[in-house]
Amino acid sequence: MQLARVIGTVVATVKNDSLEGRKLLVIQSLDAQLKAQGSPLVALDAIGAGVGELIVWCRGKEASFPFRREDTPTDCTIIAIVDSDQHVTQGRR
Amino acid sequence: MILARVIGNVVATQKNERYANARVMLCQPLSLAGEEMGATLIALDSVDSGVGDTVLIVQEGWGASTAATKEAGAAIDSAIVGVVDYIDLLPEEKGGERR
Repeated sequence: MQLARVIGTVVATVKNDSLEGRKLLVIQSLDAQLKAQGSPLVALDAIGAGVGELIVWCRGKEASFPFRREDTPTDCTIIAIVDSDQHVTQGRR
Repeated sequence: MILARVIGNVVATQKNERYANARVMLCQPLSLAGEEMGATLIALDSVDSGVGDTVLIVQEGWGASTAATKEAGAAIDSAIVGVVDYIDLLPEEKGGERR
């Protein structure tokens, strides 16, 4: 799982039936300093995230578990919204 | 999921039986700016995509197999699951926007 920022939305009218009605968002993964890390990905939203929000995403087959796990094709799912940038801390406070 | 452009297709008469009737597509991953990025890959189609389309590719075997063959457990690690109409980006990310 990784931290990321939602930086956009994707519109895809033609898609696999199992993705019908699902929200697709563009995310940019971040490091501990909340700086961009790696290339942007397209994620399936399972929590109601919006553009600009700091989120946590999950990769792999487990990414389909918030949905109908047997037939939802996703390798990248948003599973949490971080309360704010200040809610990411390192070390002792 | 990653963004990619369908750049061709592959005909293979002799193939794993689970690939029967599959459309085997040659795809080039793209950046948000629409620039080619990384290695060309093969993905099975589940949405009738065609050459030139910008598509979403899932790279997780179970979901890819289910999307492309309606059943899990095939030797498939990538499937095309959507055709992108457009992408809306935050203004500060728009350096890379396409279309």
